[in-house]
Amino acid sequence: MKPFVQKLDELTPEMVALVDRVVEEHQNDPTQLVGILLDIQDGVERHYIPEPVAYYLSQRLSIRVTQIYDVVTFYSMLYDKPRAKYTLEVCNSAPCRVKDSDTLVETLKRLLNLEVGEVTYDGRFCIEKVPCFGACDVSPAVRVNGAVYGHLDSEERVLDMLRQLD
Amino acid sequence: MSENMIHLTINHMPVEVPAGTRIIEAAHSIGIDIPHLCYHPDQSIKAHCRMCMVEVTGQRKLLAACSTLVWEGMEVITDSKRVYDAQVGVLDLILADHHQDCLACARNNNCDLQNLCRRFNRLKPDLPDVSSKERPRLDNPSIVRDPTKCVKCGRCVKVCTEVQGIGALSFTGRSAACKVTTAFDLPMNETDCVLCGQCTLVCPVGALTEVDHTSHVRHALHDPTKHVVVQVAPSVRVALGDDFGMEPGALVTGKMVTALKMIGFEKVFDTNFSADLTIMEEGSELLDRIKNGGCLPMITSCSPGWVNFMEKHHPEMIPHLSTAKSPQGMFGAVLKTYYAQRMGWDPKDIVSVSVMPCTAKKFEATRPELGRNGYQDVDVVLTTRELAKLIRYEGLDLKRLPESEFDAPLGTGSGAGAIFGNTGGVMEAALRTAYELYTGKELPRLEFEAVRGEVGGIREATIDLGGTSLKVAVANGLKNAEEVIRRVESGEADYLFIEIMACPGGCIGGGGQPIGTNNAKRQARIKALYALDKSLPLRKSHENPDIKTIYEEFFDHPLSHKAHELLHTTYAARPKRYDFTPYLHGTQK
Ligand code: SF4
Ligand code: SF4
Ligand code: SF4
Ligand code: FES
Ligand code: FES
Repeated sequence: MKPFVQKLDELTPEMVALVDRVVEEHQNDPTQLVGILLDIQDGVERHYIPEPVAYYLSQRLSIRVTQIYDVVTFYSMLYDKPRAKYTLEVCNSAPCRVKDSDTLVETLKRLLNLEVGEVTYDGRFCIEKVPCFGACDVSPAVRVNGAVYGHLDSEERVLDMLRQLD
Repeated sequence: MSENMIHLTINHMPVEVPAGTRIIEAAHSIGIDIPHLCYHPDQSIKAHCRMCMVEVTGQRKLLAACSTLVWEGMEVITDSKRVYDAQVGVLDLILADHHQDCLACARNNNCDLQNLCRRFNRLKPDLPDVSSKERPRLDNPSIVRDPTKCVKCGRCVKVCTEVQGIGALSFTGRSAACKVTTAFDLPMNETDCVLCGQCTLVCPVGALTEVDHTSHVRHALHDPTKHVVVQVAPSVRVALGDDFGMEPGALVTGKMVTALKMIGFEKVFDTNFSADLTIMEEGSELLDRIKNGGCLPMITSCSPGWVNFMEKHHPEMIPHLSTAKSPQGMFGAVLKTYYAQRMGWDPKDIVSVSVMPCTAKKFEATRPELGRNGYQDVDVVLTTRELAKLIRYEGLDLKRLPESEFDAPLGTGSGAGAIFGNTGGVMEAALRTAYELYTGKELPRLEFEAVRGEVGGIREATIDLGGTSLKVAVANGLKNAEEVIRRVESGEADYLFIEIMACPGGCIGGGGQPIGTNNAKRQARIKALYALDKSLPLRKSHENPDIKTIYEEFFDHPLSHKAHELLHTTYAARPKRYDFTPYLHGTQK
């Protein structure tokens, strides 16, 4: 496929650098598409695959953009729509529920004025309930973009955690 | 030979088929149609829909007849209770997720899903309706998508990817969210799609259809101030009969003309005439390019899906495209200038209708280059399928109609014009004329077998133009076209002239032809057009008397100033959604 001919891109130089870096890390290998997309998604602030990024990636890898879109929409860990910058994942498996993660969810909802699954108007926060992520020893806990914050058993600690995120 | 034959029974009937046959085909060979939706005889196996399940003695599970190869001694049952229950189960689930509005649907009475419902007597499924409530997508002049009708069979994905090499459509999402759509759900024309319509031809239901323009025609016909004039493309006459239950490849020219007159068109003209005109211009252009060092190889430009492909995917190759308009475009221009003058009509009072085998022609007619002074040269494009609708509206039985002739003077076409409708035909027509114009001698033999051929594939030939040899190539289907371009760009091939048609088999297999068009029917239509050519006294474009007259009276000579103004056009690289050229520069391996 040839380079596209006309403009209309919201592709920022940072995104180009990100895609280029991730593609290099995966040896320009289109068969590693899922890994490439996960890595790109990690690097995008709102943790999704923006349309221009998908188009750019399709050209870098010489594959069809429909193939990328197919993969992005197939896997539930990949997103084609913007998500929160910080998704607060609260575990709702039994051990955490026993340590009262329900109260943690209620506290987060109250502090952020947000329902589970919604995103704050500025796109920063979202609360999600997820199954065990192995932080049972420090529960109740929240996982944000891979980092775990444990012992969130008071409003103060929760506020503290939120302040650390920006 | 017999060791490669497999013996099995289907519903206790003995069958003998070659090894490698699938159950569905073995059943077909003895007249049993196993229910199916995703299976298509011209496509590789998908096995998505599970409608085709059958019972095989000794097998615990039901097997998909479309994907299972026969084996020696196999016993197949297609109508047991288990099979019936499974098939009805699948059908009911499809119906629960299907927006059932047959009465308002483009495929009413011509729909695989409807046929299955009739066959299984499933009128009101017991399951609740969980179909999506999306609106149909009418976002381009050629094709409508109605996702609420899609049964996710994947036939469109296959044809677009494997035959056309485009891949504009794909499966997205998973499970209940599974949809067949474009990348990021964009309007078709903003994707890699070239509007060829091959997807509308294979879709078993009303999820992909042509944009219907029959009501535009009817309004025009009801308006007494308008002159409503129609042109009919070469390939329509060997395909229209299909829609009325006639033999594949049946030649229905005379009956079709009668039908068009009865529908009420004031003049019924033949696009074969302007195909001859195209040959005069294109053939002269080729000789001119060869003599004067123009851009070679020259590539034909009469297939609008192909032109879209060049503008979207290979803008760097645009100088190779012949500047000659397509026959549809030339006809429109001649109609609203030369003919309007002759008749004393104001071009604004003419409604120029064309009947084409093609959805991309609908788009072509909207190109601003194909019009002047605020009007378009072609106002409405109907596909062969839409013409069949108009004929049905009139209540005509095509088979029983008497024959009539096209109107003069834009109704005379040569055999060369007729074979424009199939792959290799434009090449052959051009060679007949180019040879005689170039050498000044009569062509000893009119048939150029080397460029004739089948659906799909690429053909190469070297033609002797009285001492000068001319290397040519012919391709149909855009995947093959891409390969021809690769050969040219890599310097591997040194063609001087290339014919490309976007659709498999050429226009006779176009995206606007009757539903049910498959490669076997395409082959029959190709044969019919060559037979028609052979039967005509007039077989060379430059000998068409009406063509001679129009040059004497109007255009003077091919490539004249006036011809350039009216019969030639320009192309431009098409805006893509994103241009990453600056970023890609230097980063590609
Ligand atoms: S696609 Fe077929 S079954 Fe569905 S509404 Fe149209 S005609 Fe009826
Ligand atoms: S019109 Fe042609 S290019 Fe467009 S989606 Fe259909 S098959 Fe593909
Ligand atoms: S649009 Fe038609 S051909 Fe494509 S998957 Fe849906 S039903 Fe099948
Ligand atoms: S149960 Fe909650 S982190 Fe393991
Ligand atoms: S026809 Fe066999 S699974 Fe669709």
